[in-house]
Amino acid sequence: MGSITLKQVRKTFGDVEVIPGVDLEINDGEFVVFVGPSGCGKSTLLRLIAGLEDVTSGQIVIDGQDMTDAAPAKRKLAMVFQSYALYPHMSVRKNIAFPLKMAGMDAAQQEAKVKHAAGILNLTDYLDRRPGQLSGGQRQRVAIGRAIVREPSAFLFDEPLSNLDAALRVNMRVEISELHKKLATTMIYVTHDQVEAMTMADKIVVLRAGLIEQVGSPLELYRNPANRFVAGFIGSPNMNFLEGETARAMGAHAIGVRPEHFDLSKTEGLVAGTVGVAEHLGSDTFLHVHLDGGTQVVVRAKGEFPVDHGDRIYLTPQDGRVYRFDEKGLAL
Amino acid sequence: MATRQTQSLARLMRAPAILLLLAWMIVPLAMTLYYSFLDYNLLNPGSAAWTGFFNYRFFYTDPAFFAAIGNTLILVLGVLAITVIGGIAIALLIDRPIMGQGIVRILIISPFFVMPPVAALIWKNMIMHPSYGVLADMARFFGVQPVDWFAQYPLLSIIIIVAWQWLPFATLILLTALQSLDSEQMEAAEMDGASAWAKFTHLILPHMARAITVVILIQTIFLLGVYAEILVTTNGGPGNASTNLTYLIYRAARLNFDIGGAAAGGIIAVVLANIVAIFLMRAVGKNLD
Amino acid sequence: MARATTQRSRIGWTIAAWFVALLIFFPILYTIITSLKTEQEAIAGFDLIPSFTLSSFEAVQSQNSYWRPFTNSVILSLGSTLLALVVAIPAAWAMAFSPTKRTKDILMWMLSTKMMPAVAVLVPIYLIFLRTGLMDTRIGLTVLLMLINLPIVVWMLYTYFREIPGEILEAARMDGASLRNEILYVLTPMAVPGIASTLLLNVILAWNEAFWTIQLTTTNAAPLSAFIASFSSPQGLFWAKLSAASVMAIAPILVLGWFSQKQLVRGLTFGAVK
Repeated sequence: MGSITLKQVRKTFGDVEVIPGVDLEINDGEFVVFVGPSGCGKSTLLRLIAGLEDVTSGQIVIDGQDMTDAAPAKRKLAMVFQSYALYPHMSVRKNIAFPLKMAGMDAAQQEAKVKHAAGILNLTDYLDRRPGQLSGGQRQRVAIGRAIVREPSAFLFDEPLSNLDAALRVNMRVEISELHKKLATTMIYVTHDQVEAMTMADKIVVLRAGLIEQVGSPLELYRNPANRFVAGFIGSPNMNFLEGETARAMGAHAIGVRPEHFDLSKTEGLVAGTVGVAEHLGSDTFLHVHLDGGTQVVVRAKGEFPVDHGDRIYLTPQDGRVYRFDEKGLAL
Repeated sequence: MATRQTQSLARLMRAPAILLLLAWMIVPLAMTLYYSFLDYNLLNPGSAAWTGFFNYRFFYTDPAFFAAIGNTLILVLGVLAITVIGGIAIALLIDRPIMGQGIVRILIISPFFVMPPVAALIWKNMIMHPSYGVLADMARFFGVQPVDWFAQYPLLSIIIIVAWQWLPFATLILLTALQSLDSEQMEAAEMDGASAWAKFTHLILPHMARAITVVILIQTIFLLGVYAEILVTTNGGPGNASTNLTYLIYRAARLNFDIGGAAAGGIIAVVLANIVAIFLMRAVGKNLD
Repeated sequence: MARATTQRSRIGWTIAAWFVALLIFFPILYTIITSLKTEQEAIAGFDLIPSFTLSSFEAVQSQNSYWRPFTNSVILSLGSTLLALVVAIPAAWAMAFSPTKRTKDILMWMLSTKMMPAVAVLVPIYLIFLRTGLMDTRIGLTVLLMLINLPIVVWMLYTYFREIPGEILEAARMDGASLRNEILYVLTPMAVPGIASTLLLNVILAWNEAFWTIQLTTTNAAPLSAFIASFSSPQGLFWAKLSAASVMAIAPILVLGWFSQKQLVRGLTFGAVK
């Protein structure tokens, strides 16, 4: 079981308020991603849940029990750190068995659990190696192995993929998602990468300056961003924002259009501009367009789209795909 | 990690070291300060009378005092000059891809591990002895009158011995700094057409600035306290020619049993060391993170 | 052609480097050579080839007066260093893993205690030792050497502990390790190399200390540094025997020193140069 409830959780470091007060409900078995730019407090929030930091005020309830002041080990949570935090002087086997040893489990049972975890994570051949002899992806799997043998009520991941190269990151992303499906245990995952958030999460929590900007499923956030920040943060490439005359015509301070929601024409459209850089990927074409008003927008065309630097182009936002925002940046 | 229990535990773990060092710093220093105002000689105990600043005035009017201050400065500056310049040169030399680099390093670092009395004895008897030393043998070979080093150039002799002991230290630290120089930076400079001298003054020296500062700071602390080398070789003489402040105070305390006078000298040494320390800590503080 | 020039310059630099290295090492080398000569050879003028006699070493070793200072050196240097480690390990750990705003200041202050000239406290320490009966005792000198080297020990350990990532200790805490287990299974194995380096360097420093050992001992607790200093002239002990005694006094530390070059840089620069 792994439901976690945060009630008015506040955290200050000296005079600096990092988390001004967060309420959040995480259901058992959910994959929740905390996402936001660096310094938004997402890692601090995770560490508060882990018990590695004391909350300044508020309450943390895990499985119906108040765990606000409980030691990290008592919370039945497991954590995978950004640096993996493997014990360099222990073999992979000993690393994975360490939490079991600390729990006083007998050796035979430890070995069985380690074998099982190693089987799930394809680590069976590496059990006698030291972490220093493993690749980044293998170390990552050892860290996960150490977490799963504890059978925790929830897993906490702190930017676990940020030290891996791009190709490996995609693989590990899929592996972690599959692990979640297999174990059906609550996972809380911190990242600054919105692609990871979109692809992995059941529920995304977007944070900025210690405040929750919006909570919802990936597609809810994509379709109905609550404000300009969330709209700009979710989706890749980022949403384009247009202010001024075009926006006023639609009764808004600013309008947002995603790159994939423009209709392109070489002859006519709502706004006109000049093609700057055209990135031809084959499956898509990304155009960096300098609009006549001076704004620069990114536009995505499906498949191959034959334009070059300096060509004139006309853009029209698709119906129902325009997001309108007021002066404060809230969605209208 | 900064949870409440760990904080209070941390305080408990820091306490012994801090309290010990605090006691070590304050108690003897306070006693020195107190004695420095007493007319207190171990030869006639029981007559420790308060004399105000007499001991300081006595020190201040003693010509040996100024000689000692002068000698201390010459010793420190002389050794610093030799070790820093020599250290840079040797570091540059052995940083090149030479054969047997490991052994060369071991040979060069070795004098640092020779305890001061042994270093002094080696130089005094094996090298600089006017009749049996290697230098005397060489002088005779060339038909020159051997130099009686400790009689003719007592302070210079001590500078040579101390510099020999500290040159390895300077070399090793400067070499470490040199090896952390980014080789791509040097290659970029080469592509930019920099001469060897330009690379030295514009890249290598600025890169080593911090290490040089550290060498100067740490050596100064140790060089102000040079003692055993003087004791073993010249005993501070002839006259006061090789007496530094440390040796002068030692003489007052241990040979003249003048507790009050030695304490006053000690306080003066603290003041001097602090002037140097503040000066250098500031320089280092700028260079440290 | 470029290759030939490089090869030639390499040989040139090698010769230059070896020349400088041998020049610097020469006093030690010549002492070793002299220690292998007979007394007659030793004063017979410059000669690099000794008769390889061990008689001087035998003569020095057969004197009881050599073994006592040697034992004292071992006891004082090891004892003071171990004592310093006992005090410094918890302090350095606390400062490395639970730093406060004042930690940097405390470390700088510890460094500054190293700047107090020894001679400034010669009088009170001498009198304290005289009056409490600590004069010429091993215990008194051990404690004193411990205090002298404590700042360096704390600094060195601090820089080593700082390199142990905090996340690993957090991971151990998440894994359910108690404080005792955290120290036993995670911290100690990771800290041992740094502690060993610190031990090595401080044994060397304590072994070579030659101010307090000379001031505070006569015969009973005198280590080699004080013992050797008493031969300010080779009267009674001849050239070859003096060399043999010197070689025996520096050999163990010279060998230890060769193994500790890296730690030396780090320890004596308070981590400022790595």
